[in-house]
Amino acid sequence: MISKQQRWAPYAFISPFFILFLIFGIFPIGYSLVMSFFKWTVNGPQEFRGVSNYIKLITVDPFFRGSLWTTFLLLIWGSLLQHVFAIPLAILLNNNKVRGKTFYKILYFLPYITSTVVIGMIFSQLYDTNYGWLNFILEKVFHMEKIKWLQEPIAMRVSVSAMVNWRFIGWNTVIYLAGLQSIDKQLYEAAEIDGASKLQTHFKITLPLLLPIIFFAVSMSIIGGMQLFEEPFILFGGYKNMGGPNNAGLTSAYYLMATGFSFNRFGKASSIAWILFLIIIAMTWINKLVTDKLQNR
Amino acid sequence: MKSLTSKSLTYFLLVVFAFIFAFPFYYMLVLSTVPGTQIYQYPPHIFFKTSLFTNIKALFEDLPFLVNFFNSVGIAVLSTASVIFFCTMGGFALSKYEFKGKKLVFLFILSTMAIPPFLNIIPFFKMMVTFHMYGTWLPLIVPNMANAFGIILMTQFMKDSIPNELMDAARIDGLSELKILTHIGFPLSKSGIAVLGIVTFINSWNNFMGALVMLPNTESTTLPVALSKLFLQMDGDRGGLMAGTVLAVLPLMVVFIIFNKQIIAGLTAGSVKG
Repeated sequence: MISKQQRWAPYAFISPFFILFLIFGIFPIGYSLVMSFFKWTVNGPQEFRGVSNYIKLITVDPFFRGSLWTTFLLLIWGSLLQHVFAIPLAILLNNNKVRGKTFYKILYFLPYITSTVVIGMIFSQLYDTNYGWLNFILEKVFHMEKIKWLQEPIAMRVSVSAMVNWRFIGWNTVIYLAGLQSIDKQLYEAAEIDGASKLQTHFKITLPLLLPIIFFAVSMSIIGGMQLFEEPFILFGGYKNMGGPNNAGLTSAYYLMATGFSFNRFGKASSIAWILFLIIIAMTWINKLVTDKLQNR
Repeated sequence: MKSLTSKSLTYFLLVVFAFIFAFPFYYMLVLSTVPGTQIYQYPPHIFFKTSLFTNIKALFEDLPFLVNFFNSVGIAVLSTASVIFFCTMGGFALSKYEFKGKKLVFLFILSTMAIPPFLNIIPFFKMMVTFHMYGTWLPLIVPNMANAFGIILMTQFMKDSIPNELMDAARIDGLSELKILTHIGFPLSKSGIAVLGIVTFINSWNNFMGALVMLPNTESTTLPVALSKLFLQMDGDRGGLMAGTVLAVLPLMVVFIIFNKQIIAGLTAGSVKG
C-alpha cells in the first residue's frame, strides 16, 4: 500500500530542478532566439530585423568568419588533439605494475581544477618573447630563433592550443582510465594466448571497447571547444584587444561576449550564440555517426 | 630485456608528462616570491626568492583583496550549501521512489547537461538586470542550485547507500516523507554529499564567466575576476599579481590533494556508466 504522500513526494523533491530550469533554462533560451531576430541594444529601440543578423554575420561581418575559423583550428589542435595524448597515457597508467599511480593522477588532474584565469597568467609569463621559459629553451637547447608566442597569428593559435591541451589532457586521461578498468582482463589473456602483440591488442581490443567513452569525451570536448573563451580572453588582452594582433585569438565565444557585453549588441550576440549552438549539434551528430560506423565495423 | 625497456619507456613518458603538468605550478610559486620589478629577467627565474610578503603587501594595495576573497568564499559556500540541499533532494526522488515518468525525467535532466551556457548568457543578463539581481551574489548561486550534474551524481550514490527497508520502517512509525529525507536521506549520504560539496565549491570558486558578467566591478567581484582585471590593465610591477595567483589557487590545490580520490571519482562520475 502506497500512501498518497509517498506518491507525491518524489514529484515535490524533483520540482526545484524543473522550476529553475523553466526560469533559467527554457525561458532565456526562447528569449535569446527572439532577440536574435532583433536589433536589440541596452536602452535603444528594438527593431525587428528578421534573419538579417544571421545573414550579416555570415556574409559581411569583419570578425565573425575569422572567429569561426580560429575556433575550428583551436578545436582541432586544442580540444581534439588532447585525446591523442590522453588515451595512450591512460593505457600506460592502467598497467598494474606501474607504481605511484595516485601521484601521476593527482598531477595530471591538477590543471583541471585550477582557475583558467590564473593558468592564463602563468602561461603568458612562460610565453613571454624576451623573458619566457619557452623561448629560453628554444634558444639555448634547440638553437632556434625567438618566437613571438602572443603576437604572431600562427604562434598565437599554437599557444592557446597548447594551453588547452595542458588543461584537459589529465581530465581525459582519468576518464579513459576509468573506462579501461571496466574492460574484461580475460580478453587480453585470450589475445596473448593467440599470440597477438601488445600494439595489436590495443588496436583490436582496447580502442573498440573504449569507443563509447571516446564518443562521450570527444562530445564534451566539442561542446567545450566551441565555447572556448577564457583562455584567449586572458592571453590576448580582454574585450579591448579583441583577440590580439589580426584578431588571431578571437574565438566565436570571445566575439559573442565582446558583442554582448562590450558593444552592448544583444540581438547580434544572440545570433552568434544560436549559430554556435547549431554547429555544436551538427558536430556532435557527426561524432555519433562516426562512432556508430566504427562500432559496427 | 624487452619488458625492461618497455617499463623504462613507460616511466619516462609518465615522468615527462608529470613534469609538463607540474612546471607551471612550480613557476607560479617561484614568481610569487620574486620582487615585482625583477619578474622579467633573462635567464628566467628558476629558484625561490624572498619577497613573498612584500608581494602580498603589494597585492593588498592593488586590490581590495579581502573583499574579493570574501566574495569568492561567500558565493562558493552558499552555492555549495544550496546545491547539496536541492540535489540530494532530487537524487533522493530519482533513486528511492517509483513514480510515473521517472525514466523520462532522468533522461531529460541528463540531456540538459548538453546545453551550452553561452546560449542563454545574454537574456540571463537582461533578466538579472530586470529582477534587480545584477551586481548581487544571487545570479551566481540561484540558477545552479538544483543542477543536473548534482542530481545525477546523488541519484547514483543514493541508490545503494540507503536501504529501502529503513524507509519502510520509518513510514510504519509514521514519519512523513520530508522527515524521511531529512532524517534518513541526508545522514546516510554523507560521503556522496562530501564529494558533491567539494566539486561544487571548486566549480563556483573557478567560475569566471558568470562573475565577469554579473559582478564586473573590482570592488565587489570575486577573486578570479579581480585578478584578471589587474592582469589586463597593468604593466610593470607584477609582484602583487603573482602573490594573488597563488592565494587564489593554493586553497583548492590543498583540498584536492587531500581528497583526490573522491574528487576525481565525483567529477568523472557518469562518464563511464552513463
